[in-house]
Amino acid sequence: MKKEWKLLLDIFITFFKIAPVTFGGGYAMIPVIEREIVTKKQWLEEKDLTDVFALAGSVPGAVAINSATFTGYRVAGVKGALAATIGVIIPTFLIVLLLGIFYITFKDNPKVDAAFEGIRPAVVAMIAFAAYKLKGSALIDKTTITAFILSVFLLLFFQVHPMLLIIGSAFCGIILVNIRAKLGKKTPIENKEQQLDYFMGANI
Amino acid sequence: MTLWLLFKTFFLTGLLSFGGGYAIIPVIEAEVVKYGWMTTRQFTEIIAVASMSPGPIATNSAIVVGYETAGIAGAVVSAVAMVLPSLAIILIVAAFFSKVNDNRTVKSAFYMLRPIVVGLIAYAAIKFALSSHMIGSLSLHSLSLIIIFFVSLIALSKLKAHPAFVILFAGLAGIALYS
Repeated sequence: MKKEWKLLLDIFITFFKIAPVTFGGGYAMIPVIEREIVTKKQWLEEKDLTDVFALAGSVPGAVAINSATFTGYRVAGVKGALAATIGVIIPTFLIVLLLGIFYITFKDNPKVDAAFEGIRPAVVAMIAFAAYKLKGSALIDKTTITAFILSVFLLLFFQVHPMLLIIGSAFCGIILVNIRAKLGKKTPIENKEQQLDYFMGANI
Repeated sequence: MTLWLLFKTFFLTGLLSFGGGYAIIPVIEAEVVKYGWMTTRQFTEIIAVASMSPGPIATNSAIVVGYETAGIAGAVVSAVAMVLPSLAIILIVAAFFSKVNDNRTVKSAFYMLRPIVVGLIAYAAIKFALSSHMIGSLSLHSLSLIIIFFVSLIALSKLKAHPAFVILFAGLAGIALYS
C-alpha cells in the first residue's frame, strides 16, 4: 500500500517537472518524456513510447496532457493516469492563471491596450502558420482539398457551428472510405507523414 | 450557473478537440461569444495570453476564459472540464484496445478530420484578422497591422522564432506605434 503511494507520488512529481518544458509545445515534451520515463525511471520501453504518442494524437485533447495520462496508466493503472494528468496540468495551470490575472488587471491601461493592438496581428500570423504547417499531411488529394475549401466556406458564410463540422467530418470520412472500398477504389488513409500525427496537437 | 455553463462548454470542447488546440479555437470563440462572455476581439487577446505560457493553447485559453468569467473557481472548472473527456477516452481505449492507430475506422475518420482541422484553423485566422481590423478596410492603420502580421509570419516560419517571443516583440511594436 505504502509502496503504491510512493510510486504515484513519483509519477506526479515526474510529470510536474516535465510540464513547464511544454513551452515549446508538444514537440519539446517528446524527448523529455523519453529521457525521464525510459532512460531514468525505466517505467516504459522505447517501443511503448511510440504507442503512447500515437494514441495521444488520435484521441481528442492536447498531446502533452494525453501522453502524460497514457504513460501514467501504463505505469500504474487508473490511479497512475490521474497522478500523471494532475501533475502535468498544475504547473501550466498556475503559470497561465498568473498571466491571466496580469492581463485582466492591466488590460485597460493605455500602454497595454496599444501593445495588444500590435499583438493581435501576431496572433493571426501564429494561427495562419499553424494551418500552413498542417496542410502537407492533411491536404493530400482532391477530396481533402475540396473538404478544406468547403469547410472554410461553410464556416465563413453559413456560420455552421465548428462542433457540428468536426462531428460531421469524422462520419463523412468513415462513410466515404467505406463506399469507395465497396466500389473497389482505394483511399490514401495511411498517413505518410505518420510523425506529423502526433505533432498535429503539438504546440497546443 | 456560470460555472455549470463553463463546465458544459469546455467539456464539449475537450471532447471534440481533435487535431489539437488551434483547430479548437473557433469552437471556443463561438461559445464565448454566444454566452456574451467576451467579444471576438477580446478573445484574440486571450489567445495571446494563452500562447505566452507553457502548456496546451486550448486548455490555457479555457483557463483564462474561466478566470475572466468566474474567478479562480471558473479557471479550475474550465481546466477540469477540458481534460476530463480525454482522460476518460484514454482510459477506455487503453483498457479495450491495444492499438487504436491501426484501426481502419479511426483512420477513415481522420482522413476527413485532417482537412477540416486545417479549415477550422484557417477560419480562425480570417475571423481574427477581421475582428482586429487588419482586413476589411484599407487605412494607414490597417496597413501597419498587416506589416506586423507579415513580419511575425516570417519570424515564425523562416527564423523559427518561438510564439512567445513573437508576441513580445509585436507588443513592443504596438506600444511604439499606437500609444
